[in-house]
Amino acid sequence: MRQVEMEERKNRKLEALPDETPLEVSGLTVAYRDKPVLWDVSFEVPDGELVAIVGPNGAGKTTLLKAVMGMIEPAAGRALVYGKPFEKARHLVGYVPQRGSVDWDFPTSALDIVQMGLYGKLGWFRRPGRKERETAMECLEKVGIASFADRQISQLSGGQQQRVFLARALAQDANLYLTDEPFAAVDYKTERAIVELLRELKSQGKTVIVVHHDLGTVPEYFDRVVILNKNLVAEGPVEKVFNKENLSEAYGGNVSYLAGS
Amino acid sequence: MSADFIVITTAILVVVPCALLGTLLVLRQMAMIGDAISHAVLPGIVFAFFISESLGALTSLVGAAVFGLLCALLIEALKNTGRVKEDSSIGIVFTALFALGVFLISRFAGSVHLDLQHVLYGEIAFSPLNSLIIGGVNLGPMSFWTLGIVTVVAVSFVLLFYKELKIATFDAGLAAAVGLSPVLVHYLLMGAVSITVVGAFDSVGAILVVAFLIAPAATAYLLTEQLWRMMALAVGAGTLSAVSGYFLAALFDVSISGMMATMTGVLFLLALLFSPSHGLAAAFLRRSENRRVFSRDLLLSRIGTLGEKTTEETLARSLGWEEGKVSRSLEDALREGFIVRPSSGEVAVTRKGCDAARERTESLA
Amino acid sequence: MLELVAALFTDYTLRNVALGCAVLGVVSGALGCFAVLRRQGLLGDALAHATLPGVCVAFLLSGTRAPFVLLLGAALTASLGALLIIAVVNTTRIKYDAALGIVLSVFFGAGTVLLTYIAGSGNSGQSGLDRFIFGQAATIVRGDVVTMGILAAAALLVVFVLFKEFKILSFDPEFAASMGFPVGKLNVLLTALIVVAIVIGIQTVGVILMAAMLITPAAAARQWTDKLSGMVFISGFFGALSGVSGAMVSASGSNLPTGPIIVLSATGIFLLSLVFGARHGFLWSRMRERRNRRAALGGST
Repeated sequence: MRQVEMEERKNRKLEALPDETPLEVSGLTVAYRDKPVLWDVSFEVPDGELVAIVGPNGAGKTTLLKAVMGMIEPAAGRALVYGKPFEKARHLVGYVPQRGSVDWDFPTSALDIVQMGLYGKLGWFRRPGRKERETAMECLEKVGIASFADRQISQLSGGQQQRVFLARALAQDANLYLTDEPFAAVDYKTERAIVELLRELKSQGKTVIVVHHDLGTVPEYFDRVVILNKNLVAEGPVEKVFNKENLSEAYGGNVSYLAGS
Repeated sequence: MSADFIVITTAILVVVPCALLGTLLVLRQMAMIGDAISHAVLPGIVFAFFISESLGALTSLVGAAVFGLLCALLIEALKNTGRVKEDSSIGIVFTALFALGVFLISRFAGSVHLDLQHVLYGEIAFSPLNSLIIGGVNLGPMSFWTLGIVTVVAVSFVLLFYKELKIATFDAGLAAAVGLSPVLVHYLLMGAVSITVVGAFDSVGAILVVAFLIAPAATAYLLTEQLWRMMALAVGAGTLSAVSGYFLAALFDVSISGMMATMTGVLFLLALLFSPSHGLAAAFLRRSENRRVFSRDLLLSRIGTLGEKTTEETLARSLGWEEGKVSRSLEDALREGFIVRPSSGEVAVTRKGCDAARERTESLA
Repeated sequence: MLELVAALFTDYTLRNVALGCAVLGVVSGALGCFAVLRRQGLLGDALAHATLPGVCVAFLLSGTRAPFVLLLGAALTASLGALLIIAVVNTTRIKYDAALGIVLSVFFGAGTVLLTYIAGSGNSGQSGLDRFIFGQAATIVRGDVVTMGILAAAALLVVFVLFKEFKILSFDPEFAASMGFPVGKLNVLLTALIVVAIVIGIQTVGVILMAAMLITPAAAARQWTDKLSGMVFISGFFGALSGVSGAMVSASGSNLPTGPIIVLSATGIFLLSLVFGARHGFLWSRMRERRNRRAALGGST
């Protein structure tokens, strides 16, 4: 019964999606105050892949995500999500901001945070009810921390907090996920759990874009990589573009991460 | 000595220590802690009056300094419980202490020679009437003595610790590494602010002193990049506000301290609009110039990637710009000799244009 | 004390005063939660000071002391102050704290200039204006209570209707923006509501200490609960409690300005909450620690 419902939901969604690429960035240029932080960046993300965005600090990785979601007005260029401007496609996108971007002392529970993922579909004024509670609970189960549902969020470990954020994105029930450093400062167990989760999303035909810091794990975790340093340095399948030349162009100097791994 | 001279000199003796310490507060992002201390010294002044009214200035300096430091300590302590954030800690502590001060003044109005008018606006207009007399000898206006001491303390604090304050302000990590205790610097500064605030209290009251602490320093911050120059400019802006405020107040027959505070705001507004380096007008011009250069350079690199047979239409489509913007940018590039436009309608980049595009790409990283 | 409580039900004036203070406490307590959680508690301080010139200008232009007119003026200059703060922070290198300090002190300075100008012009109405500095509960009449009540009801209704939106705006504005909530507009709305709370409060608490009504009850409430809705309710209750108790002491005739007493009782509630608060109070966490230590010791033997 449940299975059928899920199947139906999936079909409906696939129907609604033409064969458009999940993300198409063209000539994106973003300036903050007087300084360009992204310069003429163009690339496409094909359907159903795990994509890493890497680059040194200040390379514009987070800015890229925010410009894609229309939070920052680009100076030139644009990003299309499933062939449409983001405003018309935002229901297809799930977002995981950096864990450090919020105050974890906020008076609320893990379950409550996950329900926020449903606010977009609830629309204005309506409150989350029992159905939303159940959906949120399922998402917490998927990330393996259902037993902490009622915990105040400051009492969770860093890894658990990251899982809460991922569960919130799952609740958005999206096709394209934009995640900002989900592996930052998490324990080994959480890292494995997140990787499993991303792979499961991929197996369901979803597309996941991850701003990533740890170059050593890129070949293991991802299909494609976008190497960024304000300019687009390289972009494509990991085995083709994730090499020393491109990385040293982006990071400048020798890249010891690769030799080590 | 004329009354004008006494009032203006008194005001300048308020301005100098406020501007010097205010510069540090603004740079250390502690303006609101300065505000908190200026309110919190009130109960210290009142208690000093209880203890000894005759000793006046001296006890109230000590009492206020104690409460100023107490305020800074309480804010730290409350924040460190982890149960209240810093801005809330500031708000809770200073309102409580100020409320206590006002309560004491109202409740014991008979026994304290201090009224709420004095607390709010100060009594700078009366400074010519209040002289320090020791053993029958008139030693000049009282305010010169109290504020003179405060100014000497503040100026020597800044001069003596200039290097330390500079390091602690701009690089706390380095300061700790070279053995400077950031905590010590913090509390020394808080102590100096407390003494300054209470010295200024008699002249401009507990709230308007904040204008002298923050506004001239912020004005200077919009005009320069160097610490010592910022301090000098802050003193200048404060002095200008004091003098102009005094004469405007006389003209309209209104509160002198209020008018001086208003003038600190007016000068800040002028710097905000017209500062050559950080003003809004300059920023607006710079931004539109940047936009022009951005578009031109983007255009160049795009012509480079599109290769031969680039036309105005293909560029417009590729960049997602409207045609007007494309042709404006093309004209711009043409004028600088970055492109050539043969009559066929196609566009090609010159060597000079290639160099400009490469320079832009290299300047990014 | 008992007499005072009895008077609350019999004395018409006192009842108005208490009612007004309760309304003010509930509104500023509830809205203060959002200000505190967004670390904007001190914005309330700056905006409260910024109301003073507005009150004076409204009086100068209209020549009346009608509360509605004066409060409208107050709201206008407070909004101007808020705009200035945002503009300065967004467009220059001046940081938030300095922008607050400038608006607070310069607007207050302009207010004192106008107060003395009004007094100098010999207008008899001026005596009614400096009560806005420290507040004077005894001057609250029925008309004021009605005005305050309507404003308060409107503000609380907005909070109730948009509770979910304000919650996500306060916790994670970026995520809210990604889902299409107009974060900028919600921000303006929430700041406008805080201005409403300030405007309701300045007659009673005064412009200088109004910040405490936004910050202190909310910080106290946080010690008792880990839920936002709970915090808003408790904070509103604490606000009302400090308002009523302060107003009653002040109205009992000892010629005290109301603001400081209300603030001192709010501070008292805060200190008690810090020690006894059910979720975060010192006392319980100390006891929990001891119990855990004992349990750990018991486990190891």
